[in-house]
Order: sequence, then C-alpha cells, then structure tokens
Amino acid sequence: MKISDNEILLSVQDLKVYFKSEDEIARAVDGISFDVRRKETVCIVGESGCGKTVAALSIMGLVPIPPGEIAGGRILFRGMNLLDFDDTEIQKIRGNQIAMIFQEPLTSLNPVFTIGNQIGEAINIHENIPDKEVIKRSQQLLKDVGIDSPAERLSDYPHQLSGGQRQRVMIAMALACDPDLVIADEPTTALDVTVQAQILRLMNAIQKRRSMSVLYITHDLGVVSKVADRVCVMYAGILAEQGSRTNIFTGPKHPYTQALLASLPSREKRGQRLYSIPGTVPHPAYKPRGCPFHPRCPHAIQTCREQYPGMCDYGDGHQARCPVLFDGNGANWSE
Amino acid sequence: MNMSPHSNDKDYQLDEPLAPKKTPLEEFWRLFKKNRLAVAGMVFFVLFFIVATVGLVLTRGKNPVIDPSRVRLEDKLRPPLARPNLEMLQPDEVPKLGVYIFGTDDLGRDVFARMLQGSWVSLTVGFVAVGIAVIVGIFLGGIAGYYGYRHVRVGQLLAAAFLIAGAVLLIGKHIWAGAALLICGAGFILIAPLMKKSIQGTTQPAWARLWLFNTISIDTLIMRFVDIMLCFPSFFLILTVVALLPASIYNIMIVIGLTSWMGTTRFVRAEFLTLRELDFVAAARALGLSNFRIIFRHMMPNAVAPVLVSATIGIATAILTEAGLSFLGFGVPPPNATWGNILSDGKNFIFDAPWLTFVPGIGILIVVLSFNLFGEGLRDALNPKLRERN
Amino acid sequence: MDGIPSKSGTILQVEDLKKYFPIRRGFFQKITGWVRAVEDLSFTIGKRKTLGLVGESGCGKTTVARLILKLLEADEGKILFNGLDITKLDEKEMKPLRKEIQIIFQDPYGSLNPRMTVGQSIAEGLKIAGFDNRSETQQRLEKLLKMVGMSPAGIDRFPHEFSGGQRQRIGIARALSVEPALIICDEPISALDVSIQAQIINLLKDLQDQLNLSYLFISHDLNVVGYLCDMVAVMYKGHIMEYSPADALFDNPVHPYTHLLLSAIPDTERSYTSDMNAIGDEPANTLNPPVGCSFRERCPISEDRCKQSDIDFKKVGDDHLVRCWKVAKDGSYQFFS
Repeated sequence: MKISDNEILLSVQDLKVYFKSEDEIARAVDGISFDVRRKETVCIVGESGCGKTVAALSIMGLVPIPPGEIAGGRILFRGMNLLDFDDTEIQKIRGNQIAMIFQEPLTSLNPVFTIGNQIGEAINIHENIPDKEVIKRSQQLLKDVGIDSPAERLSDYPHQLSGGQRQRVMIAMALACDPDLVIADEPTTALDVTVQAQILRLMNAIQKRRSMSVLYITHDLGVVSKVADRVCVMYAGILAEQGSRTNIFTGPKHPYTQALLASLPSREKRGQRLYSIPGTVPHPAYKPRGCPFHPRCPHAIQTCREQYPGMCDYGDGHQARCPVLFDGNGANWSE
Repeated sequence: MNMSPHSNDKDYQLDEPLAPKKTPLEEFWRLFKKNRLAVAGMVFFVLFFIVATVGLVLTRGKNPVIDPSRVRLEDKLRPPLARPNLEMLQPDEVPKLGVYIFGTDDLGRDVFARMLQGSWVSLTVGFVAVGIAVIVGIFLGGIAGYYGYRHVRVGQLLAAAFLIAGAVLLIGKHIWAGAALLICGAGFILIAPLMKKSIQGTTQPAWARLWLFNTISIDTLIMRFVDIMLCFPSFFLILTVVALLPASIYNIMIVIGLTSWMGTTRFVRAEFLTLRELDFVAAARALGLSNFRIIFRHMMPNAVAPVLVSATIGIATAILTEAGLSFLGFGVPPPNATWGNILSDGKNFIFDAPWLTFVPGIGILIVVLSFNLFGEGLRDALNPKLRERN
Repeated sequence: MDGIPSKSGTILQVEDLKKYFPIRRGFFQKITGWVRAVEDLSFTIGKRKTLGLVGESGCGKTTVARLILKLLEADEGKILFNGLDITKLDEKEMKPLRKEIQIIFQDPYGSLNPRMTVGQSIAEGLKIAGFDNRSETQQRLEKLLKMVGMSPAGIDRFPHEFSGGQRQRIGIARALSVEPALIICDEPISALDVSIQAQIINLLKDLQDQLNLSYLFISHDLNVVGYLCDMVAVMYKGHIMEYSPADALFDNPVHPYTHLLLSAIPDTERSYTSDMNAIGDEPANTLNPPVGCSFRERCPISEDRCKQSDIDFKKVGDDHLVRCWKVAKDGSYQFFS
C-alpha cells in the first residue's frame, strides 16, 4: 500500500501496556494516541518512568509478554494493526520497514563480531543478495553515515571504534533495508555533546535524503527543540500534551509541560530561582486517582482529584490533557 | 508561561523515602523464600546443627546417655529396627530406645549412636575448616584487592626473606643464627621510613635507589601464590600432611582449611577491585577515614556475599573430604566414630550388612545436598540485592 | 602560569598542575608510555564563588577533582588551599584538612554504601568532625537531613529505598556533615531527571548562600554552568582552553572549542550557531601527542604551527584567558568577524 506524502504512516490509538506481577499491576502505558506522518520527525519526550520506552518497544513488538501485556488499543502501520501480527509476520517488519536504534552503542553492538558481519546480517535477514553485493552495500551505508575509509572499518570490532562511530554504525544497520520508519531510543544520551550534535545533523540529512519518518524517544528537551516537527509529552503513562514544536515550546498548555520548560536552567535565567516541580513521579502501579499529575500541579482543583481529564483540542493538531487550563471548569472531563 | 518561581518557596517539601520500610534482611528473606529447594536445604542445615549438638551431648564422656562404643558381640550385624537380644545382653547394654534404629556393626555397636557421635565431628570439621579458609581468604583477598597496585620494594623483600629464614632457623633450634637473621630483618623494616624521609627531594644515592626499587606488585605476589597452591591436588596434599602429622581431628581441620582458601581469596579480591572504584569509597577517603576502617567497615560487608555462598558449599566439601580421609583410614583414630569410618568399616560387609554402607552414605548425601541447595539459594537471593536499581 | 596574584578572597588556587598516568606492560610492569591526564592546569576559586569546569569525556575533569581531594598525588604543580600548599603535605598532615574539601558525585546509585543506613553513612563524617556524643550525633543528623530537604525518618533507611534525586541529597548531606569550605560537585545532576535537576540546583544555591560555600562545579552541560557559575574553565584533553567569567564566555567566546561546545548544546531558548564545525569524530584511542595543541586534530582553523610548540595562555580581556596563538589581543581571529 503506497503512502503518499503527508499521509499517516504510523497511528497509535489508545495504546495500553500493563505489567503484572504477583501483587501489583504497573500501568506503564495508559492510553496514548499519536500519529507519525511520512517524512515527519516526532519526538516522545518525558522523564524516566513515564512509559516512553515501553511505548516504543511495543510498536516493534519487543515488550516481554509476560510479565507485560497489551491491555488495549491498536498500532496501525500502513493501515495494518501490528498488534494482530504473529511472530513471523512482525519479524518481516522489524529491521525492514521499521528499524530501531538504541541508547548504548557500547552494548547494542555484539563485541565478538566485526562491524561488517553485523551490518551484513541486518541485510541478509531480509534480502537475498550475493555476498559481494552485501559488502558493497555495507560500505555504501558506512559512507552514508559519515564514517571514513569504510572498507577498512568493516573488519573492525566494536571496541576499536569511538562512541560516536559506534552510534553511526548502529544507524547504518538501521538503514540497511531502507526502512520507512526509524525509532530512535535516546540515541545520543550516552554521547558527548559535540558528537551528539553531529549525530543529530546526520540523522536529519539522512531523513531528508530518504524521505524517512523518525520517532525519537528522549528526555532531553533541547534535542527535541532541534529536531522535532511534532512533540508528544508523556507523564506517568499518559500523553499530557502533543503539538507542533512551536506550539509546545512557545505556548504549552499543560501544567507539566509548562513546569518542565520553566525548570530548565539556562544562562538567561541567571539570578532567578528555577521553578522546580514539587514531589516525585508516581510509581506506575500506584498512580493517584483522577489526573496523574494533580498532586504536583499548581493549578489543580477538586475535580482533578476525582476525574480523569480528557484531551482538549486547541486546533492545528495541538492537544493538551488539562481542562482546567482550557476553560477552567470542566467541559472535557471523562471517567 | 505563568510558572511563578515564588510559587515554590518550599520546593522541596521534606521528602519521605519511597518504599515501605524493609531492611535488607527482610528483602533477602522475601527473595530466598521463593526458592523452595533452598528453604528445604536451610531447614536441613538447621536440623543437622541441632542433631549434631544433641548428639555430642548424648554421646560424650565416660558414661554417655547413648553409648557409641559399647561392644555387643552377641548382637553384631543386626539390621535396622531390629530388636535387641534381651536374653543375651546386660541391662546396661540395651540400647536406650529399645530398638537398634540403624542396626549394629560388626562389633555390635549401635550404628545410630555412632552416627550421632560422628555428626558432631562432621559439623566441627566443616565449620572450622571453612572458618580458617574464609579468614585466610578474606585477609589475602582484601589485601590483594585494596593494596594490590602497590609494589613490593627490594628492601621489603630482603627484610621478609631474613625474617622467614630467621624464624625457620629458630624453630630448627639454631638459636644464634636464627636470632641474628631475625634482628637483621627487623632492622631493615625499621630503617625504611628513615631512609624515605632522608632522601626526599635530594638526589638519591645508588644503593638507596636499589633499596627502594619496585619489584612485582602485591597483587601479583598474592595471586601467583594462589595459583601455586591451586596446582597441588588438594586431596593428596591433605593425605600427605595428615599421614605425616599425628592423627587428630584438629590437625585434619586445620589442614583442610589451609588448602581451601584459594577460591575465597579470588572472590574477595574481585569484589574489592570493583568496590574500590565506587564513589562511596572515594567519599570515605575524602572524609579522611583510615584505610583500616574503610576496608573493614565500609567495603567488607559488601564483599561478603559471594564468600557466604562459597562457605556453605565449602562446608559440604569439607565434610566430604573428611569422610574420604576416614574411609581411607587417615581420619580421626578409633574408637571415635565419624561417618567416614562407619562407611569404611562397612565396606567389608556390603552384601551381608548393606545398612552399614547405606546409612552413613545417605546421611552424607542429605547433608551435602542440603548445604549445596542452601548455598545456591543464598547466591540467588543475594545477587539481585547487589545489583539493585530503582 | 606563575604570578597569578592570590587575592585574599581566594579559597583555592591551582598552579601548573600536572598528572600523568603510566602505561605498564609485561610481568615486571615496565612503563611503555604516559597518558597525559592533566597538564599545565591553573585556576582560582574565590570564596563563596562557583567555578565551572566544563569539558567532555576524557578531558581530565574527574582527575582534577581527585587531585584536589588528594585522592591522587600530583606529579607537578601546586594546590593552594587558603594559601597552604597541600601537595607538600603527607597523609597525616592532610587528615585534619580533609574536612574542608568535600565532594558530591554523579552517580546517585554508587555514591552511597548499600549496606549502611543513611544515618550511618552521614555519621561517618560527623565522627571525623569531632561529634562523638550519641545524642548530639542524632540531633546533627536530623538537622543535616532537614537542611537538604529530607525527612528525618530517613535516618534508619537504606539507600535503595530512595529515588535518585533523594540519594543525591543524602550525598550532599554527607558532604556537609564535616562543615567544608569547598565542595567539588562532579556532574551532580547529569544522572537525574529534568524536574529533579532544578530541585538540586536550587538546593546547591541555597546552601551556598546559607553556609558560605565555594563550589567547583564539574559538568558537560553549558546550560547549567551558564546558570550557576561565576567563572568558567573549558577543558579539553587535560588543558584549559578558555578561562573567563561566565558572562564573557557566553557573550564573547573565543577559543574554537568553546564555539564548538556552545553551538552543540541543544538549547530551547536560543539557537547559537557558529561557523566553526569540528572535523570528524573523536578517534577511539587517544594518547596525547607530545607537543602542540591537543585540539588541533579537530580544530577547523588549525595550521602547522599548532603542532610545533605548546601553546600558552593569552589574555583577551579582564580575567579572560585563551589558549590559542591565533587570537589577537582583542579576542578576534583573523578571519572571524
């Protein structure tokens, strides 16, 4: 099914992923919905424990089941519900049409195999081409990701490369089969700041060249401000706010987003006290009733403690899950 | 954005700890409980302890309550649960419980009583041998791990050589030569700090440079010694030593202990190498705490977990070794009973009186198995605790 | 850099500090090379001031922290604490001074002993500071925990029962237990969530005001450094490349590496662009070349002269020093307008 520009490539609808143990149910992802369009960069941003990584893993079917379970929702990729796929079908998608890049380049690459071996494996799983072709393609991929003397690098082992180079290799492996969507889970967190900038520029260039969509999972708002077309802010398993980059950074409409932005230190804020959100992120198994953010929210009213807030639409794709800031009294509450 | 910075004057309202209060012991127990086999092992461990102590009390002394060495030739080789031959026996020869629970051996001795007596021997051998091994292992492993990177200087080697030679000569009754060497060695140790102070800053004369020259590191020294000890087949080493020394239970315990400390040393050294790089050790050093306090109060409790595990398994091994020694005739001298020599006595009567082999054999099996299961359960329960991440 | 006058308001002054690590091979551990971790390092920290030490991984900032704490011995150079050169002191003489300089760490999970309760960890310091009395210890523990915003109920709990941010506060309480004058903060917030970072930053600032503390704030995050620090030193491979007041660094960055860092930081509020882009990635194994500027491999404006001799500091403004020979007296480059 050919997707034209601006049509929706991936649509996550009301996804719920729970983890059951003997005495508790952890609601890691509790009903999130967002879309990724062709050639679009979407960032899911949130702090640790908000469920963003679980959401990303569930798209690829990588959540361990049990103890995890998909408790509801659909993940539509090119119109097909990935949650209905069995193991063989999803393996055809993984690496081929949807690829993933992980956080720790040190541990994501197998230390006992050469780079050439690992990239070759990524190609061979999905395509049946002769070895000479594979080597040629691997070299081209390394060149695409900006690694010098690709022919020699193919016979190197991961420990012979620097952190930045390893991450480039990971990107090359992800691109091996020309995927439509790349999911990048904190791809630059473990890297130095200057290398991070280079990697982000590289991803941007590749994305433009190949008309790819990218879904970034990150906790770094600065990275988001540099690469995102659309931003989804997650908190305690729910989607607090989503919108375009401009919407989120210049006019956030959820108290959590506002608080996050206000608490970022910067040179311009020198001399002022930073805003800091009181309290801590709730445990996924012991979330408060009503809005999960209400114990820490300066705008919370009584209804916030009792009823789960619905999504409020500000138009132009900008939505925030806070009726209090929307109209003050509660047109958008749901149970 | 209307987040006023002043809305947060007490922005860190006093933070309560997150989880409900659970000491590490409760946490450990919760994990340990899940492994049924390990719990069974622990139960048997405790039972064995009780049996051994009770057994000691009941069978010691001139007139023990249950007599393991009472010879009853009329009632020899009786099977388990056999009734004693009341017509032929004296009243005080009758077993206290009315039956021979485990039968009798070729001298008519009550196997149950002998097993009771032997259990105390097994227990002591196990714990004392492992105790020695653990103490030596922790000491050497701790030094290798914490001070390992430091090098031994020529002067220190010379001093050590002189001291050891002097001690050996003294033991060998060459008083004058031995004393002379000892004094030299002591002298070398005393000069060292004086030398260091006097040559600080100025150019060092050649002999002082040689004296302070770094040779191999302490870590190399200790670990190669461990390797050398590991080259000896330990059972034969024990046999040799036991054959040369007077036969006594204490010698056996000490010898087994002194040949089984190598594993512990490696564990402790490995743990110390990791721990030494952790921030809380740097914090302790930054506070100015003494090295002694850091090693024993701060690092040791964290390094002890693998030692506990290998200790429980080591007890089982020690018991097996002792049984083996007794079986071969090198163990505790008769008439003391150990499970090994009951086995040994029984080997001549395997077909006529199989219980003489099975009873101690099954006893050893149960004890060793339960200790092993307990040790593995300990290891599994202690492991996630060490890698705890919120 | 001799001749930095020691102002009376200086708590720490480091001069020409040098630390090399030997590379040993073979059974007798022969020395085959040196890792030049810290070289020619000089800076000062004023009383009640914060010096930011910025650099990426491998630049030597952690080594600097350990040298100042005397957990490592410097090969050359002086460390003057309140005018006293601590490099010359032996362990016994150093012991009473240790309480003056403390450290808080990056990793909230490794910085507390998992087998000791919070109270025990903090009380270790109290013993050193001379508080042996049982009841006095208890009072002080409660006061310290309250000072960092933790409830005294935490005294009998173990570290694993707390979150990352809470553990970091416990670490701060431990550092404060001996009443230091200078605290080295080694990337104290990098491992924490964004919303917790602000809490800890606010706490550090409050404590500085309440207790007259000085900080050496080590970080790779220029945003935090720009917010918190009075002076900034930018490090690369063991050298300080630029040393200036914080405002001057952001308004008028001079060294190419500073340009690189500033344009690389993802910033939500402004976009700093620079014509300077580094050449290539950091190579995998870097042993410092013996002579010349250590940044030349990645520097977009490097020339042959950069290889030929070690580069000295050049003054380009009040308190503003740059280690690059291409810089004119007014801080401009020849082609950079």
